[in-house]
Amino acid sequence: MRAFERPVGRLRIDHDAVAECRELAAEISADVESLARSNTTVSLERACLRLVGVDGVAGDGSEAAPTPNLVVDRVRSEVGLERGVLIPFFNSVAQGGRGIQATAEAIAAGEMTVSWPPERELKGVLAAATAEALTAVDRVAAAAQERTARIGSVGEAAKPWFYEIVATGNIHEDIPQAQAAAREGCDIVAVIRSTGQSLLDYVPYGATTDGFAGTFATQENFRLMRAALDEVGQELGRYIRLTNYASGLCMPEIAVMAATERLDMMLNDCMYGIIFRDINMQRTFVDQHFSRMVHALAGIVINTGEDNYLTTANAVDAAHTVLASHFLNERLASVAGLRREQIGLGHAFEIDPEVPDQIALELAHAQLVRECFPDAPLKYMPPTKHMTGNIFQGFLLDGMFNLVGALTGQDIILLGMMTEGVHTPFLSDRDLALENASYIFRGAATLAGEIRFEEGGDVERRAAQVLEECCQMLRKVAEVGMFGAIEAGMFADTVRTRDGGKGLDGVIRKGESYLNPIVDLLSDRVGATR
Amino acid sequence: MEVKPYGDARNDGLVQLSFTLPVPESERARQAALELARKMGFQRCQVVHMKAMGPDFTFFVMYGSTSHSIDPDLVTVTEREFPLLTVPEINRVIRESLKRRLVVVGACTGTDAHTVGLDAILSMKGFAGDKGLEYLQEMQVVNMGAQVDPGDIVEVVRREQADAVLISQVVTQRDAHIVHLTQVREALQTAGERERLILVGGGPRFSPEQAAELGYDRIFGRGTKPSEVASFLAHRIAGPVPA
Repeated sequence: MRAFERPVGRLRIDHDAVAECRELAAEISADVESLARSNTTVSLERACLRLVGVDGVAGDGSEAAPTPNLVVDRVRSEVGLERGVLIPFFNSVAQGGRGIQATAEAIAAGEMTVSWPPERELKGVLAAATAEALTAVDRVAAAAQERTARIGSVGEAAKPWFYEIVATGNIHEDIPQAQAAAREGCDIVAVIRSTGQSLLDYVPYGATTDGFAGTFATQENFRLMRAALDEVGQELGRYIRLTNYASGLCMPEIAVMAATERLDMMLNDCMYGIIFRDINMQRTFVDQHFSRMVHALAGIVINTGEDNYLTTANAVDAAHTVLASHFLNERLASVAGLRREQIGLGHAFEIDPEVPDQIALELAHAQLVRECFPDAPLKYMPPTKHMTGNIFQGFLLDGMFNLVGALTGQDIILLGMMTEGVHTPFLSDRDLALENASYIFRGAATLAGEIRFEEGGDVERRAAQVLEECCQMLRKVAEVGMFGAIEAGMFADTVRTRDGGKGLDGVIRKGESYLNPIVDLLSDRVGATR
Repeated sequence: MEVKPYGDARNDGLVQLSFTLPVPESERARQAALELARKMGFQRCQVVHMKAMGPDFTFFVMYGSTSHSIDPDLVTVTEREFPLLTVPEINRVIRESLKRRLVVVGACTGTDAHTVGLDAILSMKGFAGDKGLEYLQEMQVVNMGAQVDPGDIVEVVRREQADAVLISQVVTQRDAHIVHLTQVREALQTAGERERLILVGGGPRFSPEQAAELGYDRIFGRGTKPSEVASFLAHRIAGPVPA
């Protein structure tokens, strides 16, 4: 069987148009970058506290709140967050002399006041904060090193990587399911989050068993699943990757938890929360820049969510919106320090099978993305919208998805379930999905290297059309700017206003004396724009 | 007349089934599957495929002839209580009954963030070849999207003077869809808006029989097309048709 390679240069595309798209994306993202630099958020500040070791919850039952939330809220009301949470917090640490976690608990309980240090003490407090920040940032970088070392000793999975989802709601049930999936041939396990977690402005605590249609993302759940996948990876001689979701109101905190618990991939899109969850755009863009710096240093591969555009819109008419979003996601990831190999752009096989030439159209779209982003570990999503409950037809459709994925060198294959839209997968659904994918990728491995698309043929013309429409769309977005474009409903036909949506009250404009050694160190380490 | 499943001859009763047993793959597993199928009422059972799924589970594909039969004339069915109308007919009913446009407010409530069902019914593009309610000239549609609080639904219902409210629930676990639909109905009741509204719920986990229990005027299940919902709304505002 031929080793995985990305088939690039098989389809003639207009490389000048691709270059123009990249230039337009840079122009469009400039406003977003400056917004991200000049603001902070409550979740970003909480993430920084978590990085220096603040954890835990205070209170019981419905009164319980995570300690990082309580500390940030106290600092916000007593000092303000315009200069960041770390200096007031380390001022309290210096005054109380009882260590980081105990100080946080005392502040949370209202037993200690918080204040900005007087000028003569600022230097000492900053030095203490910087020392802790250095340790924290080193720990994030160490996760990347540990991953590399483990892959070296355990063994790397051959590409493409098969990606499967578990979503029982109970971490203790997720674990045996994930281990079973790995034993059957799955390379990446994603634990779907509980429905609605993206709109919580706090991260739940501890091992959880009560999620809805998914399991809460908590630090303890991350740790438990990581250990389980390391164990099964050792047994199989193949490193098993773990994925979760850095999206929603707590994006920076989830990113930090994922980095320190050595998750390998994170769903992290530049517009998903804004469009599909109605989260405020300013909040999303600020949180996103920080979370992407964390991912960059932790060696995490991000997965973007362009497949979602096609689950609502017509997959033929909206094909260019996927590509346009790819260029924007790539740009906003690069300025946060993510390397090209860390940008797992997402797309999907969602054209109606009743459409004539559906398979040729899907091939054109998938190969176009491959040609435009030759270094990206592309993530290809299976059909969902046209899975009807006819599981036999669905199994065939998933086979065609696998074939297009094989012929166009998609790196990450989310396995399609024939019971998509019927129920959460049975054990046997997963097994059959793996059997389907294994067969196609084995059977078409050599074929992928043989494929050339005919000059002036249907596939080439379709790809050219999508690229041209993408270019036109980016030109229009550049005219009105990113915020204006979202306000005009140019993405997924959804209108979102600059000050609308959830979480705007958690965005704080940075003052001139904003001091955050974690943000500074992270930016320097990953080469992010400042 | 009693009938049986049709494999390749009338009343051969042949049924195809597949399932997993939490038993390691072995001759014992095969015999267990055959015995289980016999207990299910199948005769002449065959395991045509048996595969280990990891060390602890076995997957089976089987055929068997069922010993049961059924008379289709004797089963009870819930017939659709309203006629399916065309787009011009629906528009005409609304014009004649209301002398204005019918105002429809739709939302997904609770934790569910999936608008696929709501959009299939409401949005212009519709679903399965059927145009959505927005396509109907005589309907004014307000699509509130996902994770809407019941209180916000009440507010919009009042502001828009809604005639009908559509609540969708797609992803659910442990009966959350029932709880969420009930919360919306209660909020509308508390606000004194319930009685004058046509209240409709829908989603793949519902069946029409649940309408009374939930206090809704109509519940639509999996695979409902926009034209069915639109026809129902037209049927309700037109009132009972004289025989």
